[in-house]
Amino acid sequence: MIAYIMCFVLFLVGFYGVITRRNLIKIAVSMSIMEISTFLFFALVGYIDGGVAPIVDPADPVKIYVDPLPQALVLTAIVIGLATTAMMMAVIIRLYRKYGTFDIREIKNLRG
Amino acid sequence: MNPLIPFFVVIPLAGAFLIMITGRFFKEFDKYLTSMILLFLAIISFYSLFTTRENLSVYKVGGWEPIDKVPIGIYMVMDGFNAIIVCIINLVGFLSALYSISYIKRYTSGNYFYALFCLMIGGMNGVVLSGDLFNIFVFLEISVISSYALVAFGVEKSELEASFKYQVLGGLASFLILFGIGFIYWKTKTLNIADIKEAFNNGYDRTYYLFVQILILSGFGLKAAIIPFHAWLPDAHSSAPSPISAMLSGVFIKAVGIYVILRLFFNMFAVTEGIAILITTLGTLSMVIGVFLAIGQWDFKRLLAYHSISQMGYVILSTGIGMILIARGTKPEVAALAITGGIFHLINHAAFKGLLFLNAGAIEYSTGTRNLKEMGGLARSMPVTSATSFIASMSISGIPPFNGFFSKLIIIIAAIMARFYLLAALAVIVSIITLASFLKFQRYAFYNKSDINTNQQIKEVPFPMVFSMVVLSIICVLLSLLVIPDIRDTVLTPAVNILTDQLKYTTTIIGQ
Repeated sequence: MIAYIMCFVLFLVGFYGVITRRNLIKIAVSMSIMEISTFLFFALVGYIDGGVAPIVDPADPVKIYVDPLPQALVLTAIVIGLATTAMMMAVIIRLYRKYGTFDIREIKNLRG
Repeated sequence: MNPLIPFFVVIPLAGAFLIMITGRFFKEFDKYLTSMILLFLAIISFYSLFTTRENLSVYKVGGWEPIDKVPIGIYMVMDGFNAIIVCIINLVGFLSALYSISYIKRYTSGNYFYALFCLMIGGMNGVVLSGDLFNIFVFLEISVISSYALVAFGVEKSELEASFKYQVLGGLASFLILFGIGFIYWKTKTLNIADIKEAFNNGYDRTYYLFVQILILSGFGLKAAIIPFHAWLPDAHSSAPSPISAMLSGVFIKAVGIYVILRLFFNMFAVTEGIAILITTLGTLSMVIGVFLAIGQWDFKRLLAYHSISQMGYVILSTGIGMILIARGTKPEVAALAITGGIFHLINHAAFKGLLFLNAGAIEYSTGTRNLKEMGGLARSMPVTSATSFIASMSISGIPPFNGFFSKLIIIIAAIMARFYLLAALAVIVSIITLASFLKFQRYAFYNKSDINTNQQIKEVPFPMVFSMVVLSIICVLLSLLVIPDIRDTVLTPAVNILTDQLKYTTTIIGQ
């Protein structure tokens, strides 16, 4: 149970960072923290106490395996997360070139 | 059985890579290739719409057949409802791609634009056709990441800022959706929507799934820009290049937002009155607040973006009324009427909002400004833009005989028959305020100044842009034919049946 609570705490840490940080890079890092808490949650969903890696062993039919599907999903989600992080970093670099600052309070062209 | 399902995803994805490779060697190739791809997709989507009707077709990716009626592969499903959405995506996509041929000359590196455009179309088609929760997430991310890039395509100050905002909120939405999928998988041990419904029938933990429903609703609500989650939409939609604004506002928020919400909440979760009331409330809030935020705007792309929120409110409101009636189990014919109105308005909104953003792009192309105060007297120098935008403005404000009138009429009648008199009254009032704000748009953009003041340099836009706008305005007028019973039975009724019938979707897919 403690693992699930830690996973939720990690999500909240990321969320807190997104809301309170003023630096664009720190916001991006906070997004990554939230993302990782989601991946951790998926890994926990597939975990079975005492389970081993899901490589079927014909010699030992009573072995308990962990659920392999969430692991596959997490791998997919990590690749997607990489793409979103790269995209965000590219935009942050462009923003820095235009505004000359990482401070989000200075970047307020759009209103209303 | 429809053999064309995988083409909707494979062709645009393949097209995107082909454009990236060949775009370096052949300069003019990419723009025509994109239009041809989308024309082909539009044709096969209409073929699918008219052949699908009441029967579902399932495509099993990789040929993984179910074992003991438990699906193990990824399913792609085509039914009456998503056939309509696929038609909208590919038709509006085709017209926007054609429009871009002239419009994109303002920007450099056009081949990146077309590659991202194809990726976005492929992602949206994938979301709509997928019958698998995690597959929905993957395709959602494909289309969303390409839309982040397309919003920032101008790489000026405001475009980048809008894209950053959009990315933070969009990323948050993705995590919420992923958490929701994780929670569903935890209990049911499956990801196939039909199979999840089957698992729900065997045991439904109401409080547990209420939490999951809230997660999913806020995740996809962020993508659909329902009112408490709307902050990114006006920035992103007004900063993007105009054909992309037309795609985002006309199609994107429906395909990845509203469509998925309707599909999951009607066909997967058990319909409960609490969630139905929540959805209706959110819809009403979007409808009312969106229009009040819109009326004070002077940047007309921003004005149109706020109206998107308001018009999506109509769709959510009326499907929410249908959901409440289904949950109560009373008046099934009124529920069907309400959902018909919602889907009809969704189709109409794609036509007129796409057209309005293309008009906005045409005005920006000719005059170089987006501020309503700085323009005026364009009716003489840009006759086609003026005429088509008049049709679109009248459609969105619900003036007969244009399409918006009939869908709003159906929504209001359904609300009255369901005894939600307050909602019906609000729908009428919002419609009047919409009319007011579009009269303002018409007056300041096209009339207002006398001929002497008008700049003689302003000319009508090139042919591809004119063609797209004229075709969309003809569609705006023709869509009102959907109200005729025979045509409605062909197009709208199968979509309504699949949503109102709680079991048909599941039993057909599991049975195949």
